[in-house]
Amino acid sequence: MGCEGCTNQLTESLYKKLEQFIDELPEKEGALIAVLHKAQSIFGHLPAEVQQFVAQKLNVPVAQVYGVVSFYSFFTMTPKGKNPISVCLGTACYVRGSDKVLQAFKEELGIEIGETTKDGLFSLDALRCVGACGLAPVVMIGDKVYGKITSKEQVKSILNEYR
Amino acid sequence: MSKYTMHILVCGGTGCMSSHSIEIVENLKKYIAKTGMQDIVQVLRTGCFGFCEKGPIVKILPDNTFYVQVKPEDAEEIIKEHIVKGRKVARLLYTDPTTERHISDSKHMEFYKKQMRVALRNCGFIDPTNIEEYIARDGYAALAKVLTMSQEDVINEVKKSGLRGRGGGGFPTGLKWEFAYKNKSDQKYVVCNADEGDPGAFMDRSILEGDPNSVVEAMAICGYAIGAQKGLVYIRAEYPLAIKRLEAAIHSAREYGLLGENILGTSFSFDIEIRFGAGAFVCGEETALIHSMEGKRGEPTTKPPFPAASGYWGKPTNVNNVETFANIPVIFLKGADWFNKIGTEKSKGTKVFALAGKINNVGLIEVPMGITLREVIYDIGGGIKDGKKFKAVQTGGPSGGCLTEKDLNTPIDFDNLIAKGSMMGSGGMIVMDEDDCMPAVAKFYLEFTAEESCGKCTPCRVGTKRLLEILEKIVAGKGTEGDLVTLEELGNTIKDTALCGLGQTAPNPVLSTLKEFKAEYIAHVRDKKCPAGQCSALLSYMITDKCIGCTACARNCPVNAITGVVKKQHTIDQSKCIKCGACINKCKFDAIIKG
Repeated sequence: MGCEGCTNQLTESLYKKLEQFIDELPEKEGALIAVLHKAQSIFGHLPAEVQQFVAQKLNVPVAQVYGVVSFYSFFTMTPKGKNPISVCLGTACYVRGSDKVLQAFKEELGIEIGETTKDGLFSLDALRCVGACGLAPVVMIGDKVYGKITSKEQVKSILNEYR
Repeated sequence: MSKYTMHILVCGGTGCMSSHSIEIVENLKKYIAKTGMQDIVQVLRTGCFGFCEKGPIVKILPDNTFYVQVKPEDAEEIIKEHIVKGRKVARLLYTDPTTERHISDSKHMEFYKKQMRVALRNCGFIDPTNIEEYIARDGYAALAKVLTMSQEDVINEVKKSGLRGRGGGGFPTGLKWEFAYKNKSDQKYVVCNADEGDPGAFMDRSILEGDPNSVVEAMAICGYAIGAQKGLVYIRAEYPLAIKRLEAAIHSAREYGLLGENILGTSFSFDIEIRFGAGAFVCGEETALIHSMEGKRGEPTTKPPFPAASGYWGKPTNVNNVETFANIPVIFLKGADWFNKIGTEKSKGTKVFALAGKINNVGLIEVPMGITLREVIYDIGGGIKDGKKFKAVQTGGPSGGCLTEKDLNTPIDFDNLIAKGSMMGSGGMIVMDEDDCMPAVAKFYLEFTAEESCGKCTPCRVGTKRLLEILEKIVAGKGTEGDLVTLEELGNTIKDTALCGLGQTAPNPVLSTLKEFKAEYIAHVRDKKCPAGQCSALLSYMITDKCIGCTACARNCPVNAITGVVKKQHTIDQSKCIKCGACINKCKFDAIIKG
């Protein structure tokens, strides 16, 4: 479910793209989550106006759309950074010190979970199990997995790859 | 596969791919091309071999050489030495930790000796993107056989096998199929639950990445048995590789006439669609999962009605987990009587576990039911990391509990684990050592369940929050002995009154650690000490007489809590110390201790 445009811009052409996807659906009933997945891959996030647009197109109340967006952790209403960071907080990573890794990222970036740095370069999230427990503790930046992170210095040098 | 005489299998599981296994494949191909042997030697990216600790894994057939921790730059040597000259690259072979001898065939390794691969039978053996390799290993033969049987016979065979649901609950699969079969309807559904949300568990993902066709075949078998024409796989959107491989498998199955109209020339028609989850742990509960597939919030509803009577859009629906499905084709190929001889009296077959934590051999293992924890941890797992002392093993994830030293000889099966206050769950098995603080572990799980509670019922929505708050108080050193009583009472109340499985099992990590590690909780609340040395609020740092007065600690203390004269023992002002641990990290003489 990669991000197609991911410019986090709400341009008209992107709305057209979403509209086309919705119009081509064989069945609109029950398609809300699929549409939101598509919308997030187009816009990078799901702000109120996109949710209103989806509600109108699917003929459901905005409250229902918001209810679904806020229920699932995969959907986000705020734009992600250019390099989204996810620190694995699965149990295997936790017992090998992922809470300290998360703390190091928070300190180094000056942001909390769910926030994006002012320059838009990084956003920070936690996730549950990447499936690379042999490399615990693990951090994902974009699609790249970094394993066996044990020191603050490592965190710094990883971030410097993207700065 | 006919024209090749040698095959190089490279693990393409998530763990090994994170350690550059794709580059290994590319380099191997490059050097094979240089030797001109590309028509004889085939390089394949397979599913997970399971031995993640030693990844990336490269296996060479037909001589079964198992190379570990291979780097992309090792490709040249493997080709030049092994493939061209027939000499094994000794430095890449696995070294047995006790005998210190090289072992080249994986079946002689302790890690694999006690394993038995049923659900994972093809993972690491075939190219998961090529349906012909699956067919070559008897793939879709079970479906062909089933299509000649009556629906009742198919269901009876599954019942006879004794297979129980691998998603957590352990409900007999055959019985579930029978309920869905008996409910008459114009439309029925088969659903595969691939919404693996348990932190620290990745078996479903590995099966879908390594052998997606086995799930496709099993869903078709189930469809035939219960009279459904449509299958749906509900899968986490966070599993891009599994989605890609499953999509490819469905697509090839359609091309080969194994899905679609009139399968294998019979009147049976069946097709599969994929539905994406969006990250909600509660969607592992089948009623919540069905609501999520309908595009709604994934909130559970009371049962009955069970999905077998009224599921997806009100139609009879059978929901099974990925690993359960992966067992189905084998049951029909080898027979229910073969399957029900494996395991214990009430738990038949094998179980896949994601073995992780403070253990030497992290990986994905499949063992016969009834094996003891000791065998899993010490024989397969190779014991505790860094020679530390075993403390507990957590099974069942956020719904399970901790087993301790005294449970090491307990045979693992559904009922034994429940009797011990834990549960099988989906198969996460996290090993903890003496450095892990149990109240902190309980807090870790409660953070998860409190966040994942859907909010529909009060016991879970409010109760898990209150449990978490008390645990936060305890690890911060502000707990009282009365809090321990409240934890237990509240935990039991939630267990009895929550609406769904998530809520009913959420207190398990607290109740089980409270039972097994009462002294540790009491140390936190009464003595204000953390015996494991994890809870920073309960620690104090001290400088011993090993200190030579190098001043490194004092210079690095962020709050200037350390004072002393050069070349003299320093001291820490406890009222200023924020217990950050910076001094310990900087001290080269092990002169600072915490406790």
